[in-house]
Amino acid sequence: MKDRSLTSGLKLENVSHSYGNVAVLKDLNIVVKPNEIVVLVGPSGCGKTTILNLLSGHIEPVSGAITRAGIIRTVYQQDGLFPWLTVAENISMGLRSANNGATHGSELVELIELIRLEGFENHYPHELSGGMRQRVELARVLAGDSDILLMDEPFSALDYQSRLRMRHELIRLLTKRPRTVVFVTHDIEEAAQLADRVLVLSNRPATICRELEIKAQKPRKLSDVSVISAMEEILHELGLDTPEDNNLQRMSI
Amino acid sequence: MPVVVLFGVILAWSLISYLNLFPAYAFPSPGSVVMSFREEIVAGRLLNDIVASLWRVAVGFVISVLLGVPLGLWLGQHLKARQAFVPMLNFFRFLSPLAWIPFAILWFHIGDKPAVFLIFMATFFPLALATLVAVATIPSIYFRVAQDYHYKGMELLTKVTFPAVLPQIITALRVSYGIAWVVIVAAEMVGCQDGLGYGIWEARNGLRLDSAVCYMIVIGLLGMGIDRLLAQLTKLPGIRWGYER
Repeated sequence: MKDRSLTSGLKLENVSHSYGNVAVLKDLNIVVKPNEIVVLVGPSGCGKTTILNLLSGHIEPVSGAITRAGIIRTVYQQDGLFPWLTVAENISMGLRSANNGATHGSELVELIELIRLEGFENHYPHELSGGMRQRVELARVLAGDSDILLMDEPFSALDYQSRLRMRHELIRLLTKRPRTVVFVTHDIEEAAQLADRVLVLSNRPATICRELEIKAQKPRKLSDVSVISAMEEILHELGLDTPEDNNLQRMSI
Repeated sequence: MPVVVLFGVILAWSLISYLNLFPAYAFPSPGSVVMSFREEIVAGRLLNDIVASLWRVAVGFVISVLLGVPLGLWLGQHLKARQAFVPMLNFFRFLSPLAWIPFAILWFHIGDKPAVFLIFMATFFPLALATLVAVATIPSIYFRVAQDYHYKGMELLTKVTFPAVLPQIITALRVSYGIAWVVIVAAEMVGCQDGLGYGIWEARNGLRLDSAVCYMIVIGLLGMGIDRLLAQLTKLPGIRWGYER
């Protein structure tokens, strides 16, 4: 197995991007260390997904440099699985580089066990729940030689309870198969529970307005002090800490 | 319920025939049609005509699929070519295949060829158009995932593009097969010496509308039967997803 601490990493240097006349990102500098989970949060439309598209190479920046070391895979919000392939076939896409049939077979079995979907190998995505589908996506991106996972609000289409479960699931999977992760979310709870480092982005054109390191051990409970204080800081940074109170005060004046 | 409706139709048919609302030669009774069935089967004409029509539809339809689906796949992936060809494809789609009958006879004389040509002209354009529209509207996320996992060239076409549009292609096959089956009757009325359409034409010439009705029943039943077979394709494991969302 390759040593990912040497091979994986991402770096954005002075990256700016715009769509036509609309500037989306401005002089962004981000370094993602090997096996680190960096979570990007920010106001809606601030350019979070653009950053992922730049990191994956789907788009090129207007200016600045991007360094990508390692094999990158993306987990999409939903419908990223090929509906005409079974669970096993979808996961096997991630093992395409494994030429040896025996290795491929044993790895596939291990991945299906890892996401606890034994017995569902021959099911099609439309026969699974939203949470199960996202678990298959996770198995697919973790398969084989991947180094870096880009996650674009992967749990946002799920109901609240499934989202909570999937956060624990992700941490469990990453403990067994460490990867470098850049995770985009609008869910502050999710950010505080998952991140080694949270980058809070400003409104468009996005810059990093706060970098927050969370050192507490994972998995983290929602009631953990570290999670609560991280959430408070992120909310404060986004100007969402007590908006109702402020409004009430203003109204009473 | 369909059986009840069927009996209702036969009952109404019998009643109209019994009341002699139309002369017997212009409105054959169910009994005379049954007799005519026996006559046609014993003479071997019906079976021969069924085989002839099925063969012509099959050949014309298969040529259409072999040319129309790949053309649709290619045009669906190339915007410029699509913009160039779609108006022409649409033009021919709206042209009734029956308008080609004089050309079919002049070019291919009589026999299987003119009928096969007409089936081809009737089904090629709708099939190519349906395929290209299906390809052009494949969700972009499939291509992004394909790029993440290094699908390129022929592999991208066979393992991503084609399976992604297969459910829509099958729907298009069913629709265009329906057109083919309608057209074969008209095509065989001219330029053929056998076939179900020819059978109806012969019956009309001999003022044997009981025989014509017998052929009409066979045409309807065969059409439904083959559509049922094509519908089975929608239940195949790698295709069913397209009909369940």
